[in-house]
This record gives sequence, C-alpha cells and structure tokens, in this order.
Amino acid sequence: MSLKPLLAAICTAALATGAQAEGLKVGMITTLSGGGAGLGIDVRDGFVLAVEQSGRDDIEVVVEDDQRKPDIAVQLADKLIQSEKVDVLTGIIWSNLAMAVVPGAVAQGKFYLSPNAGPSPLAGRGCHQNYFNVAWQNDNLHEAAGAHANSTGYEKTFILAPNYPAGKDALAGFKRFYEGDVAGEIYTKLGQTDYASEIAQIRASDADSVFFFLPGGMGISFLKQYADSGVDLPVVGPAFSFDQGILQAVGDAALGVHNTSQWSKDIDNPTNAAFVESFQAKYGRLPSLYASQGFDTANLLMSAMDSADVTDQDAFREALKAANFSSTRGDFEFGPNHHPIQDIYVREVIKEGDVYTNRIISVGLEDRGDAYAAECQM
Amino acid sequence: MSWILLVEQTLNGLQFGVMLFLMAAGLTLIFGVMGLINLVHGSLYMIGAFAAAAVAAATGSFLLALIASLAAAAAAGVVVETTVIRRLYDRDHLDQVLATFALILIFSEGTRWVFGSFPLFLDPPDYLSGSVSLPFGIEYSRYRLSLIVVGLAVAAGLFWMIAKTRIGIRIRAGENDREMIGALGIDISSLYTLVFALGAALAGLAGALIGAIQSVQVGMGEPVLILAFVVIVIGGIGSIKGALIGAILVGLTDTLGGFLLPKLFALFLSPSAATSVGSSLASMSIYILMAGVLLVRPKGLFGGV
Repeated sequence: MSLKPLLAAICTAALATGAQAEGLKVGMITTLSGGGAGLGIDVRDGFVLAVEQSGRDDIEVVVEDDQRKPDIAVQLADKLIQSEKVDVLTGIIWSNLAMAVVPGAVAQGKFYLSPNAGPSPLAGRGCHQNYFNVAWQNDNLHEAAGAHANSTGYEKTFILAPNYPAGKDALAGFKRFYEGDVAGEIYTKLGQTDYASEIAQIRASDADSVFFFLPGGMGISFLKQYADSGVDLPVVGPAFSFDQGILQAVGDAALGVHNTSQWSKDIDNPTNAAFVESFQAKYGRLPSLYASQGFDTANLLMSAMDSADVTDQDAFREALKAANFSSTRGDFEFGPNHHPIQDIYVREVIKEGDVYTNRIISVGLEDRGDAYAAECQM
Repeated sequence: MSWILLVEQTLNGLQFGVMLFLMAAGLTLIFGVMGLINLVHGSLYMIGAFAAAAVAAATGSFLLALIASLAAAAAAGVVVETTVIRRLYDRDHLDQVLATFALILIFSEGTRWVFGSFPLFLDPPDYLSGSVSLPFGIEYSRYRLSLIVVGLAVAAGLFWMIAKTRIGIRIRAGENDREMIGALGIDISSLYTLVFALGAALAGLAGALIGAIQSVQVGMGEPVLILAFVVIVIGGIGSIKGALIGAILVGLTDTLGGFLLPKLFALFLSPSAATSVGSSLASMSIYILMAGVLLVRPKGLFGGV
C-alpha cells in the first residue's frame, strides 16, 4: 500500500528543484498511476518542460498522484493548500475529480488553472473568478464533431458514449450542432471493454456514420473490435480516442478516421514546432494534446508571473486573463467565463513511417467559446 | 429488432461467458482446493496480456504470443505461490485479501515500470480477422467465434482432467479433505503449487485472447476479477461446472440485458430516458442475478452441501 505515496514522494523530490523563499509555488494534482495514468503523465511532462525551458528559478512545482480517485484528490488538495501552502493548483484530468476539488480550492483564495477537465457547471453557474480553463469546455470537441458531420453530409449518425456526466455532455454537445437524424443512441458502461453488443446494433441500424466518445482504453477496445467486425461506416469522434498515447495501441484500425481537436502537432506556428521538437527530444515520444495543454498551462502561468505578483490577487488575475503568452495553438484568448475561445480542428489519423499520428484537414469550428458562458456571473 | 441481431447478441454473450470462465475456473479451483481468496488473479490476467503483446511485437506470431502468455502467467503464479501465498493458507481471509491486494499493487506498478504507462498493441492474427458467414445469413467475427471454440475446448479439457486423471483425483480429494490426502502421502504443497500455476495459466491465456480485441494496459485485470468473483459466487465456490454455467449466465445476462433493457423501456418511456434508465439497469443486471441466485440457493447453483 505504501508504494504509491513513495513514488509520489520521489517525483516530488525530483521536481522540487531550486526551492525559493519568494516566487510562486504550484501544486499539481494529476493521475500518475492506474488506468488513466498516460494522460496525467503527459500533462505533467508538458508542464515541467515549459518550466525548464523558461530557466526560471522562482517557480516551484509539487506533483502529487490522485490515482483517479476523487477522495484522494480532495485530500491532496487540502494537503497542498494547508501544509505546502501553494499559490496555484493545476493538473486534474478527470471532470469528476475537478468537481470535487476546484470549488473548494478557489473558495480558499487559490488560483486553479485546468489543463484538461472542463465540466459544464464550472463554465456556467459555478464559474469563479480564480478558475481558469486552459484546455476546453468539455462540450467543445464534440460540438466540432457535430459540425463536421454536417459538412461531410452525414444524415443518420449512430452515437454512443459512456453513461456518466462527461458522456452525456458529449452526446449533448454533438447534437448541439448536428443537423441530421440520430440513427441510434447508446450509453455504454463506464470502463466497458467489450463492444460486440453495440457494434451489432450499429450493424443492424440504418446509420450512415458513427460518432463515439470513449476516452482511453475504452476507445482502443471499440476501434479494434469495430475494425474487426466488418462494419465499414465512417467514424468520427473527439481527439480523446485518437491521441498520441493511444494510437500506437490501436494500430491500423484507426487509420483515416476523422477526429476533432483544439491542438495537433502540425499546427503551423513557431511555438508549436519548438514544443513538438523539444518534447520529443526530452521524452523520446511525440506529445499528445494533453502534453500541449500542460505546456500551455505552465506558459500562461509564467506569463502572468512576469507582469504581476501572485500576492496581489486582482493584478494576477488580470494578468492571467490577458493570456499574454505564446500558445502552441496559435490564437488563444479567454472568454468571459475564463474558458478558451479557440479554433477546433478536424484531424485525420495517418501513418508517418512506423508511427501513427494525426494531421489537420480542416477547421471544424472557428473561434468557438462555449454554450455556458451566458450563465456565468463572476 | 431482427432475430439475426438477437442471435448475434447471444453469440456475443456466449463469447463473453466462456472468456469469463477461463478466469473463474482458476479462481474457483484455488478457492476450492486451498481455501484462498486470491485477488492477484486479475494481475495474472494482465501479465498474460503483456507477455503476449511483447512476444507478438518481437516475433509477429500470435501462436507464440499465446504460448508466452501461458508460460509467463504460470511462472508468475509459481513465484507468487512459493514466496507469498504459501504462507497464507493457515491465515484468515482478511490476511489473504490484504496480502493479495498488496500483490496487485506491486504487479501493477511493476508492469508500469517495465512497459510504461501507455497501452500496448496486440492484434488478432490475419487468419482470424474479419467476419465469417454462418447459416441463415448471420455475419459474425471470426476471432470471436474462435474465442468461443477455444473457451469451450479448454472447458472440456478441464472437465476431462478433473474427472479422469490422477491429478484431477488429487484436486478433488484436496477439495474434500486436505489433511487426509496429506496423510495418504500426497505432496500437498506441490499439489497447491500446481493448482495455482494451472489457474494462473488459464488467467494469462484469457488475458492474451481478450487483449487482442481490447486494450493491453495496466489495471486491465481488476474489472474482470470482480466479474469472475460474481461468477464463482453464482456457480458455487469450488465447482468447475458451476463456474462454467455461472460464466455463461453472467455473459448472457450482461450482453442481452444491455441490449434488450433499453428497448424494453423504450416501449413506455421517451427514447433518451429509456436509454439512460435501461443502461443503468443493465449495469446492475448481473448483480441482481447474483442476489436472486443467492436468495434461492445460498451456496450458489452447484455449491455442495
């Protein structure tokens, strides 16, 4: 039982370089063990890379592993706030963990910068002046998938997602822009690994395309089984099932699939090119969208540190809101609810040499904010 | 809803069931013979899948990968049994749960240490991919059909071994009276190691077979482990026959429940409410089945006296 805390302690010791009396202390709560660890490791590596590249010695990062468990995330947040006395929290991958930690942390006067989870309550009624989302609102990529289905001419899409809040947001997000008919709608079990039953229903329906949101291992299972089933309807989905960490495990089954993302390694700007190159040089693998989000989060934070001190909360908040940093996504700004306004791209899975990756084929939604900003009153 | 779809779903349920059986058979033998609650069984499933993925990547042969999964899981089983588990037979179940839970964490983080946190690639071989046409116009995945065949063949082999061979006699004797067969001069500790290795090998094989159509990643064993426990509780602890019947019942209930319940609710609810209520109830269906079986037969379907 003591292995995980020990590992976390080693990570912490390794990362807590050059502790300074003044300066800023960041607490990162992310998933480093268990099923979803790949995502948290990418966010952490992207964040740490940006801090290292800046050469700053006035920022200290404390990394903790939440094991994808809300209760542990809450304990870690308490510890980071009360005994580590961090100024800023970040790192959470999963929406249910974010809902457990973020409201309490911002109510205690801490800043929270989300590198991934963007649950709708925190974008709408539950928004807070100290909460900034650097990734996306949860619905965004699904909305772009709906828009892409229209422009491709799909008229009967079969849609499926896991039966949990983000899954319901996903189908709602897809339907917000999709104009065709829904040929069938299935909620699968969270963590389900066998999709034979769902694929049989897709085969029996009169659908002309399939939209699915099955992040992580669920997506790998679905894609492999779908490719093996002989059903050849086109598939569209958000980038979560096609990120760099997953594609190698899916293999040929993903080739040619269209997916939507706010980031891709071929977005053409100098920051992104340098990021992709340096990430690959340091870690020996291509970055995923999660890594880009961690990288952008750290750069946003450091850009705010340049123009304000974190002890002056109002000034620091304004500095964050200005988003005066060079994003891997190119254009980046915050909407009124501190969520990004950004382009969402449509990508295609390709093979470069031996490596499966994505390239951009079009822009799905331009300068997309989110559907909940109007409900937010700070 | 056509009957072809129903047949296809029944095959899916059967396939899920026989794969569960591979897990549950080892679990129920180990519990029946040694009285051990073995949580580490899910890790052996994971080890089988990782060994298969590593060997398939190195050699390109699926058959070698399957052999590697059997060997790696059995070897891990022997190591675990002789170093840790052997000390637990006389302890109470809480100690066994704690120790085997610790082994889960050690195996998970150890696997992450060796293979990294990102899922590995393992695919069915070309000669088993694609679909096959069955009579009456049913199209079914060739690989899944092979899984059913392999699972049933393993089940038949296991029944033959338990019923007809000397080892089978010893296993049955071990279930009935451990002290007595020890007194009769059977080396009980090597019998235990053998049963543990056999159970581990079956779990490893299941991991490799399933890993080819799912994702090979750390933590893949634990959800299956929970289902395997449901299976042996339904079937009756210690009974191979119970494990087979229980596994197929659970497989069919889970697959057909997930498919039919939303349609049932759609008869009197709005489509989106039916999907959501039906899906939620389908997730509970196997546990409702377990509760129902236990109400009627508290020791499970074939759970002895």
